[in-house]
Amino acid sequence: MSKLRVVHYINNFFAGIGGEEKADIPPQEKSGAIGPGLALNKSLGDDGDIVATIICGDSYFGENFDEATEQLLEMIKAHKPDLFVAGPAFNAGRYGVACGAIAKAVEENLQIPVITGMYEENPGVDMYKKDIHIIKTGNSAADMKKSVSKMTELALKMVKCEEILGPDEEGYHTRGIRVNYFNDKRGSERAVEMILKKVKGAEYVTEYPMPDFGNVTPNPAIKDLSKIKVAVVTSGGIVPTSNPDRIESSSATKYGIYDITGLERMPAEQFTSIHGGYDRTYALEDINRVVPLDVLRDMEREGVIGSLENYFVTTTGTGTSVGNARGFGEEFSNKLLADGVEAVILTST
Amino acid sequence: MRLELGKIRIADVQFGERTEVKESTLFVNKEELISIVLEDECIQAAKIELAKPGESVRITPVKDVLQPRVKVNGGGTVFPGVIGNKVAQVGQGRTHVLDGMAVLTVGKIMGFQEGIVDMSGIGSEYTPFSKTLNVCVVLEPVEGIEPHAYETAAREAGLKISNYIGEAGRNIEPDSIEVFETKGFIEQAALYPELPRIGYVCMLQSQGLLHDTYVYGVDAKNIIPTIMKPTEFMDGAVISGNCVASCDKIPTYLHQNDPIIEDLFKKHGTELNFMGVIITNENVFLADKERCSDAVAKLAKMMDLDGVLISEEGYGNPDTDLMMNCKKVEQQGIKTVLITDEFPGRDGKSESLADAVKEADALVSCGQGNLVITMPPMDKIIGTLEDIETMIGGYDGSLKPDGSIEAEIQIIISATSAFGCNKLAARMY
Amino acid sequence: MVKEIEKAGIPVVHIATVVPIALTVGANRIVPAVGIPYPLGNPNLEFKAEKRLRRSIVERAFKALQTEIEDQTVFEA
Repeated sequence: MSKLRVVHYINNFFAGIGGEEKADIPPQEKSGAIGPGLALNKSLGDDGDIVATIICGDSYFGENFDEATEQLLEMIKAHKPDLFVAGPAFNAGRYGVACGAIAKAVEENLQIPVITGMYEENPGVDMYKKDIHIIKTGNSAADMKKSVSKMTELALKMVKCEEILGPDEEGYHTRGIRVNYFNDKRGSERAVEMILKKVKGAEYVTEYPMPDFGNVTPNPAIKDLSKIKVAVVTSGGIVPTSNPDRIESSSATKYGIYDITGLERMPAEQFTSIHGGYDRTYALEDINRVVPLDVLRDMEREGVIGSLENYFVTTTGTGTSVGNARGFGEEFSNKLLADGVEAVILTST
Repeated sequence: MRLELGKIRIADVQFGERTEVKESTLFVNKEELISIVLEDECIQAAKIELAKPGESVRITPVKDVLQPRVKVNGGGTVFPGVIGNKVAQVGQGRTHVLDGMAVLTVGKIMGFQEGIVDMSGIGSEYTPFSKTLNVCVVLEPVEGIEPHAYETAAREAGLKISNYIGEAGRNIEPDSIEVFETKGFIEQAALYPELPRIGYVCMLQSQGLLHDTYVYGVDAKNIIPTIMKPTEFMDGAVISGNCVASCDKIPTYLHQNDPIIEDLFKKHGTELNFMGVIITNENVFLADKERCSDAVAKLAKMMDLDGVLISEEGYGNPDTDLMMNCKKVEQQGIKTVLITDEFPGRDGKSESLADAVKEADALVSCGQGNLVITMPPMDKIIGTLEDIETMIGGYDGSLKPDGSIEAEIQIIISATSAFGCNKLAARMY
Repeated sequence: MVKEIEKAGIPVVHIATVVPIALTVGANRIVPAVGIPYPLGNPNLEFKAEKRLRRSIVERAFKALQTEIEDQTVFEA
């Protein structure tokens, strides 16, 4: 096998260009490997070489999804790669979504093996696991070496057209694809064994888990907005300047409920954003860009809505585990109900 | 009810002067068999062909597979209530089995859901009938015959031939005898009080339009769920009258050799107390599905079962029957394990079942039927290849010029039958 | 969180930039936001224009709340 031409995709942060303030950079490229690409090159050894690194800002990608994907695809195509690697994105949501989207586009258009890596809670996993292989990684760049190594291993298997085994053997997130195989025992025998375990209360593993009915039925529409009490919830991490409850800037373990009685708009002197996952500059200039209090007060005064609840609920959306978010949601929903809130506007960054 | 099942090992099948079993070889008189088939005016011509494991032979389109058996004593005959047989209750006494061979009915398709049996090559790995010595009855119906009449004619031909060949086993000493017994509920429960009481809910295909099953000759569309002894199945009380997707089909052979009944009996008295079988159907009306699933749950509760295995024949709307049965039985406090096959599309990415309930948390998979494989050309074709591309699992271009067939495994008889007779399974990647 | 609010019986509308994520996390009424760091704003606009933009997004959010839906729905401009 001659040396593989590899193209690597990374974001503004891993390219060393900048943090959140540079998340809006448009697609660009550099020759050879940069940042984590160096580890990737090392892992590839004699088998492959990164000929180009393609970079894009996470926010730019998120806000220009289709155009950015097209643009990046063209840039990648020009290098005639044999293999495409994206990330790993660990738990960075926007980065993961970008990695997944671009990897999928490359696979469909160039028909070459593609690989990426993400932490289980990265929304990119659920969105793209069926389209491409996503290696399981830890939730931060501390896991870089191991992740890159697992990604390389699977990528080389794909290039050599070797049989790709199951998620546990190869280390990728379960894709939700059903694959036939011949078991040692016939189905009826396995069924008898399973029922005996089940009636005894012993552990058993179903061979086909029922699909996840995660979605909730939408509530009926509001009939008369002018009579309704509305509340605002945000995952944008907007808190009083002193962050009295010490809500984390990522992987939040708590949420806060803060008073907005008498405020006509969100004052920058009293509030701040502690969310580590987006460029806070704009929010700090004008908090209303995340919690739209000014227009809500206008609408309250005009009688468009009945009233606005005199507090808002906040937490940090980035990195926060699904389990935690669910817990917050359950808890504060009870309070909202008790306080007579009849509609919620939830803003996310 | 106690049945002695005597298995006569058949190691070879040949044409001969008389239809008889001699030293483990079954001889069949071709002309005798043909004349039996031609008694039916709907059939204008018939051929008998033999196919053995390992041969380069492809049999298609296959309608049903049956196993010759004979009731030696105990009252009644095998296949009660059909082809003029007595309708008396069966399942006790002694029955002989010609073990290792099968009768296949073959001929131009009547619907589009008949299938293939390859005796060698990759296709043979998927069907249980590549391992049996097969007597193939190839039928040619009269011109312009109506599908229902053709289906009846083919079904009856298969039953008559199996009956006839089965007679050859009447006076032969079996190579092995197994005893199966199911007592009345109270006595049965008292016999193994410490063991979990397990039942088997057997769902029978009854969608009409060539998708039917018969119980003592009664069309399963018209039954209300009832309880049967496992040994009744061994005597052919339930026969297949349908051309459901081949991979999924429960041919008569599998009703006679129900692997779920076999595997439950294997642990009967040691790990479980096999209490009996509840049969139900899969009708096309919602009211019927509701009525029957209610009845299944009621019967399971009346039998005081701890757990049931539920099998399904077919897919699509019967998945709803399966889920209703599961949910309602579980709501009675009885544990369930479902056995079914899957249809998640060729790439395996779609939902495997048309319906789902959260109570269905214990499922055994018999594999996914949409997988595409290429079966090599065979030297001999029993039947005809002309219908391949319209058969379910086939498509335009399935039949290659060299005779190989690229198609979904749906096209192979009993590749994924939800009785769990095969080792094929599916897992999540 | 959006599913829990919905489950509690309170109709909720999710204003978010990355709509595919909003769909994945299970929001039923979704209104696309302007940008990740400024969902309800645009620093490139002069203040009054920005406020009008913010108002139009919030109005669209309330329209979503007043619209009967069966499945997840994205309310575009």
